[in-house]
Amino acid sequence: MTTLTVQYFAILREQRGLAQEKLSTAATTPAALYEELRARHGFTLPADRVRAAVNDEFVSATATLRDGDRVVFIPPVAGG
Amino acid sequence: MPFRLSPNPIDSGALQRSLADVRAGACVTFEGWVRNRNEGQPVFALDYEAYSLLAEKEGARIIAEACEKFSVNSAECIHRTGHLALGELAVWVGVTAEHRGAAFDACRYIIDEAKARVPIWKKEHYASGATAWINCATRGDHAGEKRT
Repeated sequence: MTTLTVQYFAILREQRGLAQEKLSTAATTPAALYEELRARHGFTLPADRVRAAVNDEFVSATATLRDGDRVVFIPPVAGG
Repeated sequence: MPFRLSPNPIDSGALQRSLADVRAGACVTFEGWVRNRNEGQPVFALDYEAYSLLAEKEGARIIAEACEKFSVNSAECIHRTGHLALGELAVWVGVTAEHRGAAFDACRYIIDEAKARVPIWKKEHYASGATAWINCATRGDHAGEKRT
């Protein structure tokens, strides 16, 4: 199990009902963690519409998560 | 900083004056405004939310790319966060260059890439009272992906 901080923005923040949480998970990749959280919280965005960032840098969905990482799932962006 | 987020109204006049440069023969600026309609729905306000740390990094990368691709003297982009009313300035891009071609091209590059890649989200408030996170329902590009 790894202990991670997950930060939520925009639609994910609203659907989760909070902006940040600490959690322990058996998931070792952002893809696996997103599926776990999506099942638990009913996120409407499918995994292929969400990108991941770890410690404030974009990473691939199959990157390895390490203890203490701060993970952010990024919904489709809409600046401008 | 060449790319900034601002929780406060953007003063485009002051920004433009700050670009003054006697080496530049061209200055191109772009302003994105809050429009009263989107896809047929009347809009009366919107909220921008940003993942600040990564937005500033990705924005800085976009400005650096523009400076590498085009012969510009300076380039800047500022994006609002928070609650915006109709007509407010949501994003501002300013580029100076010796010649207008590079200034136009760089300005276009920066706004297009910023819209596609910087982790900023827009929630529209409609006259009906409904709200929607744009691009989060049916379509949209991923953040951080360079378009070809």
